[in-house]
Parts: sequence; C-alpha cells; structure tokens
Amino acid sequence: MTAFDYITPRPVRWPARRVSGIAILMALLAFAFLPLVLGAPDPLKQTLRLTLQPPGAADWFGYDHLGRSMYARLTAALRLSLGLASLSVITAMIPGLLLGILAAWRGGLIDRVVSGLSDTFLALPGLLLVLMLTAIVPDNAAMLYIGISLVLWVEYFRITRALARPLLNAPAVQASQLLGFGPAYIIRRHLWPEIAPMLLTIGAYGAASAIMAIAALGFVSVGVRPPTPELGSMMIELLPYYEEAPHALLQPIAVIFLLVLALQLIARKDKP
Amino acid sequence: MIKAILSRLLQAVLVALLVGLLTFAMAWLLPGDVAYRIAAGRYGYDLVDTAAAAKVAAELNLDQSALTGLGWWFFDLIRLDLGASLITGAPVIEAIGRHLGHTLKLSIAAILLSLLIGPPLGILAGLHPGGWLDRSLMLVSTALRALPQFVVGLGLIIIFGLTLKLLPTAGHDHGSHLILPALTLALSLAAVSNRVARDAMVAVSRAPYYAFGRTKGLSEWQVFSRHGLRNVAVPIVTYLGIQFVSLVEGVVVVETLFAWPGIGHALVHAIFGRDVPMIQGAALVMGLMFVALNALVDTLCHLIDPRRRAA
Repeated sequence: MTAFDYITPRPVRWPARRVSGIAILMALLAFAFLPLVLGAPDPLKQTLRLTLQPPGAADWFGYDHLGRSMYARLTAALRLSLGLASLSVITAMIPGLLLGILAAWRGGLIDRVVSGLSDTFLALPGLLLVLMLTAIVPDNAAMLYIGISLVLWVEYFRITRALARPLLNAPAVQASQLLGFGPAYIIRRHLWPEIAPMLLTIGAYGAASAIMAIAALGFVSVGVRPPTPELGSMMIELLPYYEEAPHALLQPIAVIFLLVLALQLIARKDKP
Repeated sequence: MIKAILSRLLQAVLVALLVGLLTFAMAWLLPGDVAYRIAAGRYGYDLVDTAAAAKVAAELNLDQSALTGLGWWFFDLIRLDLGASLITGAPVIEAIGRHLGHTLKLSIAAILLSLLIGPPLGILAGLHPGGWLDRSLMLVSTALRALPQFVVGLGLIIIFGLTLKLLPTAGHDHGSHLILPALTLALSLAAVSNRVARDAMVAVSRAPYYAFGRTKGLSEWQVFSRHGLRNVAVPIVTYLGIQFVSLVEGVVVVETLFAWPGIGHALVHAIFGRDVPMIQGAALVMGLMFVALNALVDTLCHLIDPRRRAA
C-alpha cells in the first residue's frame, strides 16, 4: 500500500556478534587513549626498585623486568598497533577502491596492468614482503607501514573490481548513463551502496592481520625496536621472567587476543 | 589445467622478479657502509679497520653504479647464481638447500597434523550442526584464530616443555624436537580448516543427493563415504591453498621461536646480519615454495573433482 516502497532502505542488521566486537574494541580504545587524557607514567622510565612488581591496589598492572610501568607500556603499545593498523588500512583502502572501480570501468589495458600488479603481490606471502621491506631500511616504522599497506590494498582492489564489474554492466547503470549522469553520480548511487558494506569487513580483517604482523615482527625482533613498547617485542622481553612474573607476560597476550578477537567479531559475516 | 600451470609459472617468475628487485634495493639503500658492516660480521666488531673494509669492498665489488649493479643482479638470478653469503662466505645455494630440508620436514609434518586434527573434527561437527561438538569447536577455533602463532607456540612451550617437561622446546636433534613446532603450526591451520570442513559438511548433508542416498537405504557410513567425502574434500583442499600463506608466514615466526634451523630462521638471521644474498635466497625459496604448493593444490583439486576436468 505504501507509495514510498521504493525508497525503503535495505534493513541494516547489526548482529550481536558484531556489536560485541565493537564493544570490546571501544573498551580497548578507551583503555589505550585514556592515559593521554589523565596522564600516565613514562613508558620508558625505569624504576629498578619496582622490578617485576606484581599488580597491587595502587598499580593494577604491575611493573616489568626493568621496573617500567606495565600500564604505560601496554597503553603505548596498544596505541602504536592500533594507529599503525588503522593508518595502513586507510592507506590501502583508498587506492584499492579507486583502482578497482577504474579497472572495472575502463577494462582493457588498465585492467590488465593493475590486475597483473595485484597478482604479483598475491604471489608473495604478505609477511615476507613486509619483512623484506623492513630489511631495506631497518629500525623504521614507516617501512612497516608501507609494507602492510602494500599487502592490504590487493584485497580491496580485487573485491571492488569483482563487485563493480557486474554492476556497471547492469541495466540500471546504463539507464543512468543514458539520462546523462556522470561517473560521480553512478559511483555514489549505484556502486557505493554495494561496496560500502564490504569495506568494514575487509578493513577489520586487514587491521587484524596488520596487528598480527606487527606483533610477529616485533616478536622475531625485526620490527619496532626496543625500548619502544610494542606488544610482540614486550612478549619476547618478558618471556624469560614468566615464572617470577606471569602477570607481565600475560598482559600483552591478553591485549592482543582481545584486539584481534574484537576485529574478527566485527568482520565475520553472519551465517544462516 | 595447462592454463592453470602456465599461470602458476608466470607467478613464479613474478615472485623471482619482485624478490630480486627488493633485495637489490636492499643492497643499495642500506644505511651506513656495507663494507664495514660485513667486515664486522666476518671478523668481529673489534677487528674492523679501514683495510679490512676495503678488502671486503674489493672482494665483493661493492663500488659499481646502481644500474650496472641491477643488470648483473638479474643476470645472476637468471643463471640461478645466488652468490655466496656475505658473512660465512659459503655459497647461498648450499645453505638454502640444507635449511630447506628442515623447513620441508616441519611443513609436511604440520600439514599432515593439521589434516588429522581439523577436517575430521569439522566433519563430525558438521554432521550435527548446533550440537555440543559444533559449538565448543567454534569457541576453540575462534579463540585460536585470535592468538598469533607465536603465542600458541609460547603456550605449548610453557605447558609441555617447562611445566610438564615432556618435550624439548628448541633444537633439532631427534624426532621429538619436531613435535612442538609442528603442533603450533598445525593448530593454527586446523583452527581454520575445521570451520571450512564443517561448513562444507553442512552444505553437503543438506544436498538432495545426500538425502536421496539415505532414502534409498544406505547406512550413515555408506552415504558419507560414497556421497559425502569427495564433495567435502574439494573445499578443504582448495582452502589449503589459501592457508599456505599462513603456513609460510608461520614458518618464519615458529622457526625463530623454536630455533628450528629452517629457511624462516635463516631469513630472520640474514636480515639481522644484512646478509643480502642470503635474504634473497631465502625469500626466493619461500616465495617459490608458496607458488609450488599452490600448483600442487590446483592439481589435487583437478584430480578430486571430475567436473573441473571437463571445463
């Protein structure tokens, strides 16, 4: 009966899984950035008197093997991982999206060149590429960022291209073109509603794998160098003290677990 | 099939080009004086002086222009001459061959172990979707996937190596050294493959041909082995191909963690020591291994699924 049926938006479903993922992520973000508001100890300041001090009423997180505040180090490491991962995801998303639409739209030579380029990146496992880039300029977080972005753009490109191709050949787009609408309108009106939902999924997966990669490189000591707090390198530093201070080793593990879990919960498509 | 093999070959060439280019850039853009660094690696930091650095520079031909360098670099790569390690002076090919054996042993053990753990559990869960096995498996694999491989490895070391003192945590002397690293890799592979197997099994058991098999009076086992197994196998094997990325990445981390003398361990050490020929060799072999494994998966899918042969 309703006359405005055709403008009814598609139901946006927020399954419990995704909501809980977002809740965990929000909590972690608050935890990470709260010290910037409230003020916190310097993550590099050593107080050897407090070495491996377990968590107490005054300090909930305790101290590491050099008497540095675990609270300050954890939050700093979390900010580093989150910042680097989201920066890489955004850097990968924009060219991936634009190149995907361009390749699907123009086809021909452009399509073949960019697809060939993406195949080249797919042929090399991502961590290997990042590892080699960090070897070119060691001790530089920028190389980590470039490497991760280079690995992540491929996924955006491939999925955008695959989604855009049938859409661009559909009668709806042809009708818009015949009516004289330009590319900007077609992208906004026809492509964006289809592509937008997958951006979140790929972005969350991408961020999860970026965080894993940063931690893995820190763990094998080729990523971010100590004393900069980083989740992976904190684990390898604290491993020798796991008997005296299991709390110190468990904290970065718990943080990375929650972070990746939250991102995976956000990314997962719900199945019937 | 021939087309698939050709595209894999092209992929292999692309990998070689990319690795060659990256390692060349690495060699030329290294900050500091490479000659000094290599001399330090060879003779020890206390014994380096200008004479030693000059000797290294002359020996390794370190002062040529970038473009000629790149030309020679690719020429050597085409001849499969990977050069000699800058630090030990031994040919890279020999070292890589030795490391590759260890890595292959570890990878094969990990894949077999993951196939023993993942798909059977997944299939059992998929036969009764929503059952207790399905739900607890879902929980465990979600948790495992949220943990980086090295944390899983650390957990295994702490449980089996340090607390129970059952298994050795590092080294490669005898068979028992293989268990923990292989299990670490296998668990992270199985965490994904059991979900794939479960979803495939659910899809197959809902298919009309499966119901028909039951209706005509076949036992559960008969209908599974005749109509289920082969159909479930295709997505699992296809997915193995995707998983090889995490296998190759896992090898780097897990070998370093367990001091397993494979390619990944060699690569990380070469990066520490700026041993560019060794980095090139190791990255090349790992990249090519990845392509070869994918080609193997293509072939396996071709053998399992007759529909692809017609196409």
